[in-house]
Amino acid sequence: MEKFIQLSMSGVSNGAILALVALGFVLIFKSSDVINFAQGELLMIGSYLTYTAIEQFGLFWPLGVVVAVALSAVAGVLIEQLVLRPLIGEPVISVIMITIGLSSLLRAIIGAIWGVSPLPSPKFIPTDTINILGASVGANRLWAIGLSIVLLTALTIFFRRSNDGIAMRAVADDQQAALSMGISIKHVWAVSWAIAAVTAAIGGILLASIFGGVGASIGRVGLLVFPVVILGGLDSIPGAIVGGLIIGLLQSYAGGYLPPELGMGEVAPFIILIFILLVRPYGLFGQKIIERV
Amino acid sequence: MQSGIFHTQYAGDMSMRPTWPMRWRIVVVILFVLLFPWSADRYWLTLANQIGIAAIGAIGLNILVGFTGQISIGHGGFLAVGAYSAGLLATRAGLPMWLSVPLASLTTAVVGAFFGLPSARLKGLYLAIATLAAQEIIIWLLTHGDVIGIAESLSLPQPTLFGLDLTANGATDFSFYWIILVCLAGTVIFTSNLFRSRAGRAFVAIRDQDIAAQVIGVDLVRYKLLAFATSSFFAGLAGALTAHYRGIISWERFTVDVSILYLSMIIIGGLGSVSGSIYGAAFITLLPALLNNIGRAMGDTIPQINIYLPYVQQGAFGLAIVLFLILEPEGIVKLWRDVKDYFRLWPFSY
Repeated sequence: MEKFIQLSMSGVSNGAILALVALGFVLIFKSSDVINFAQGELLMIGSYLTYTAIEQFGLFWPLGVVVAVALSAVAGVLIEQLVLRPLIGEPVISVIMITIGLSSLLRAIIGAIWGVSPLPSPKFIPTDTINILGASVGANRLWAIGLSIVLLTALTIFFRRSNDGIAMRAVADDQQAALSMGISIKHVWAVSWAIAAVTAAIGGILLASIFGGVGASIGRVGLLVFPVVILGGLDSIPGAIVGGLIIGLLQSYAGGYLPPELGMGEVAPFIILIFILLVRPYGLFGQKIIERV
Repeated sequence: MQSGIFHTQYAGDMSMRPTWPMRWRIVVVILFVLLFPWSADRYWLTLANQIGIAAIGAIGLNILVGFTGQISIGHGGFLAVGAYSAGLLATRAGLPMWLSVPLASLTTAVVGAFFGLPSARLKGLYLAIATLAAQEIIIWLLTHGDVIGIAESLSLPQPTLFGLDLTANGATDFSFYWIILVCLAGTVIFTSNLFRSRAGRAFVAIRDQDIAAQVIGVDLVRYKLLAFATSSFFAGLAGALTAHYRGIISWERFTVDVSILYLSMIIIGGLGSVSGSIYGAAFITLLPALLNNIGRAMGDTIPQINIYLPYVQQGAFGLAIVLFLILEPEGIVKLWRDVKDYFRLWPFSY
């Protein structure tokens, strides 16, 4: 039972972070049809910037986090303006490849600035363990769950109530109709990249605390976003949240209950991914597109 | 299409290289590749062999991505299947190289067709992600090979061909040059002719509009799987050649980064072009070598360069993809065509 609770808690916390990152991913896809393979690098940028702001410049930690997150948002907007805007109207493969090229470029820049060896994780998130029903759970995992819930709620309210949020939903629904209603698509794209970068930065900070270091392993989580968004449906925000939780739990249970030498924790999400794609190509909540010649 | 060419016979109309400048150019290219190994040293021979192997794999990927329009991020996995099946056939079954390489390629074709099955229902982004999953699953099988009975890394026996010792007098690179050249020539001739056949035209129809293709009678599932199988066959060939050439294989050579490397070759070279795949393979193989040489030359005067060289190499690769996609989405093939057009139309370039 303790093992179950422990695995569940780690699964839920990983899933919450994944949901957060996947949300940014889905947001970009919905508003601009861009599949962002550089999501993992956005995670890395956020966590490295936090390290620099707090450890190297010695900022008080809330201030440091705010600075790092703001800089990540700027990086997100810059990427959209410089790299993706020239590609409007190009085929899918060009857009996929440019984000792949971008991820390689960003990784090189990160390596050149911060080196490749892992750096210490931010200390402001407590790492001591808390006893829940006999199972010991890291406080940083509770932080991850709490912070993700707060952010996901805030973003949901943002989409439903604020002008920008409604404009984003309009653009996601129909770009031409949104344009004719006087919505600036460029503004919407900039905002969605900024939000994606911010959620990725916060996810990166939380992951750094859970992994116990800032390094390339954070970027690897970026690949896990794909099973999440496919499971939930590429264009569904609730899907990203549910998908994140399912993949997080699945990874945790597969890694914990199956023999460890199988390493099922890493590959199970991808096996599930193939299975879902064969049975329900549009995911759990995705919109089925009817194609015409 | 060039104007001023008038064919009076079907043979002329069907020929691969209808004009005289094209024929002269191909003669020059053939002479160059035949004479090159006699004058090159080991360093250049190794590079040429790497380009040749990469070109075979890139042509294979281009059949799938450039001609059939099915995006695959699993090519590295298929290369791994080719390399490991060649390795296992050579070490466990003791097959000679002339048998193990084609058999490994066929195995890869079967595996490729299997992982192409999702393409029956998926397209575009969803398919790209499904192939990414194929890549991860193949690599997982290799890294946890002890469970299913294969080793993580394999060393192959000394390569011999029909009783000839290919490593004699340290001439491995020289003898493999000819093997790779024959394989590459076969790949190029096969692929160029593929798109003049029924299957090739079906591939292109699927790429341009799959529903319309289905309406005019193209069996989508069959031809998509055929495209996956053909593409994987050449990936397997490239993988098997790598295995025999290197003599030792490990899974690190076939990660998702390799899939991306091959995708960037065909993007930079030119999607849907056989010659473009070769240009792209040469570009991607030569770029790090070139940067390395520049870095080493400058490293003596500015020592900081040596620290940043690996990052510059990785960044240059990413930057090349980004710049090509923004500035010249049709790749090196288009650049080369522009050069030819400039000289043909000069001085009246309109």
